[in-house]
Amino acid sequence: MNPRLTDRIATAFFWLNGILIIAILGWFLFRILGDGLPHLSWNFVTGKPQEMLAGGGVGPQLFNSFYILLLSLLFSLPIGLGAGIYLAIYAKKNRFTEWIRICVEALASIPSIVFGLFGLLLFVTLCNFKFSILSGALALALLNLPVLVRVTEESLRSIPSVYWEASLALGSTRWQAIRKVLIPAALPNLITGISLVSGRALGESAILIYTAGLSVSRFFPDFNPLAAGETLAVHLWYVQSEATVPDAKQIAQGSAAVLVIMVLVFNLLIALPSQWLQKRLFGGK
Amino acid sequence: MQEDRWLATRKRHDQMMKILFVFSACTVAVIIFSIMFFLGFQGLQTFKGTTPWTFFFSADWTPSEDRFGAFSFFFSTFVLTLLSVLLSVPLALSGAIFMAKIAPKWMREILRPAADLFVGIPSVVYGLVGLTVIVPHLGKWFGVPGYGLLPAALILAIMILPTILSISEDAIRSLPKGLEEASLALGATRWQTIWRVLLPAAKPGILAGIILGMGRAVGETMAVFMVIGNSPQIPKSLLDSTTVLTTAIVKDMPHTFHGTTWNNALYLMALMLLLISMALIFVIRMVAKRGELK
Repeated sequence: MNPRLTDRIATAFFWLNGILIIAILGWFLFRILGDGLPHLSWNFVTGKPQEMLAGGGVGPQLFNSFYILLLSLLFSLPIGLGAGIYLAIYAKKNRFTEWIRICVEALASIPSIVFGLFGLLLFVTLCNFKFSILSGALALALLNLPVLVRVTEESLRSIPSVYWEASLALGSTRWQAIRKVLIPAALPNLITGISLVSGRALGESAILIYTAGLSVSRFFPDFNPLAAGETLAVHLWYVQSEATVPDAKQIAQGSAAVLVIMVLVFNLLIALPSQWLQKRLFGGK
Repeated sequence: MQEDRWLATRKRHDQMMKILFVFSACTVAVIIFSIMFFLGFQGLQTFKGTTPWTFFFSADWTPSEDRFGAFSFFFSTFVLTLLSVLLSVPLALSGAIFMAKIAPKWMREILRPAADLFVGIPSVVYGLVGLTVIVPHLGKWFGVPGYGLLPAALILAIMILPTILSISEDAIRSLPKGLEEASLALGATRWQTIWRVLLPAAKPGILAGIILGMGRAVGETMAVFMVIGNSPQIPKSLLDSTTVLTTAIVKDMPHTFHGTTWNNALYLMALMLLLISMALIFVIRMVAKRGELK
């Protein structure tokens, strides 16, 4: 065949593929939002769930999702930032560093159900935290950790080395340079990274079924970290596969719409303040 | 005198922070080893109640009669992973080529956030779409319930698409500019350049992306749970109800008590999942090393 014609056909084929990928996503969003949005109401988003009757809400689950996310970030952020700073700044090219890197990679590749079982064994059973918000948050923190390490390391590495050198040349210690120069400069990237981690953590379910549990507290809102902590994503799965309420399908579709809206918000809206921050810090570069 | 004290405090702070950073880095290593230790300790107790031979090579999973053969779970996990990668790779790879070499800037600016969104959509939501759309359609077309490996593979193929796509794209994009220019200068068309020069050169990176995608497919739980049917058997066809390792754990866990062989067997499956994902990481490192040597 004529090479020029082949080239044309190939180009058309690649365009078609690109459009197909966008079309699949568009179809997904259309299905989820189209099926789910009609079921959304103030009552659904803030109301309490029902055991037997139709018309239950997902208020406590939504609350638990954010509460668990917040606690898990509280546990994983300090360690993730610390390890990321170590890898970006202090680590020399030696065995130990290589070893830590392998561990971060391995941790990032572990399936979430494995974290879930580890959490069930260690936090729920051995530490006796029961199925609770605390157990769920601890297990979720393990999932967030490797991503946070990577985000921190990459955003620190992307800062021009003159910042670091200039700060040290002015007589600052390394810690002062990190705190006053590097972290502020890396902040926009850090925030974007953390918001992506949060979006992923909000939708996580396999890790939480057997750590945060499948029920919610009688009180709402319940800030006790030892209260039962079913999240929205887990609730979606639970009503779809086990629940006895007659409107399970509607609840599942409504929850899916809420989850997707949250993901959209985390993906789109949180990117904006970090752009704004970048403008303020670097004078609109 | 006072300045000396100030310098000393500063230096002490600096030292302290460094120790803290090293400590955090070590924590990551400690976590992964404690996961291996705890799951290993609990999982290996399975063999008090059954033999390794039964667990790995018998397909008879009847916990009520103390028969713990997990072969069908391993088998289905293997088939499902292979199938979803086969379905995903053509689309993901052409998407990667498109984004790296053909798409104009505005198209890239749509595709990149689209790929991020694919990653962001929770797996239960994928599962729900599979359950409410794909399973009924397959059921109607083939006159069966519609649960099984095929809907699970279709859903997984979409879920691992962005992983393979973005890593392959990076691999193609990071090739030295000279390769492409030399090929075009010799009179090759764009397609010939892509097919004969760029793809072979980017092979290690593309392979790494595919293996990472496999890792995601092996470990995915909730989406698969909702569409695979969950019968503990070797499937007779792609539309026959079956169970993979991850969903076996989710399905059986509420029915077991801590310390029983049944319960331990589930921990052993989690340990196996852990070992599989570690093995994949080492394969990726090997592929990357070979790519560097060339």
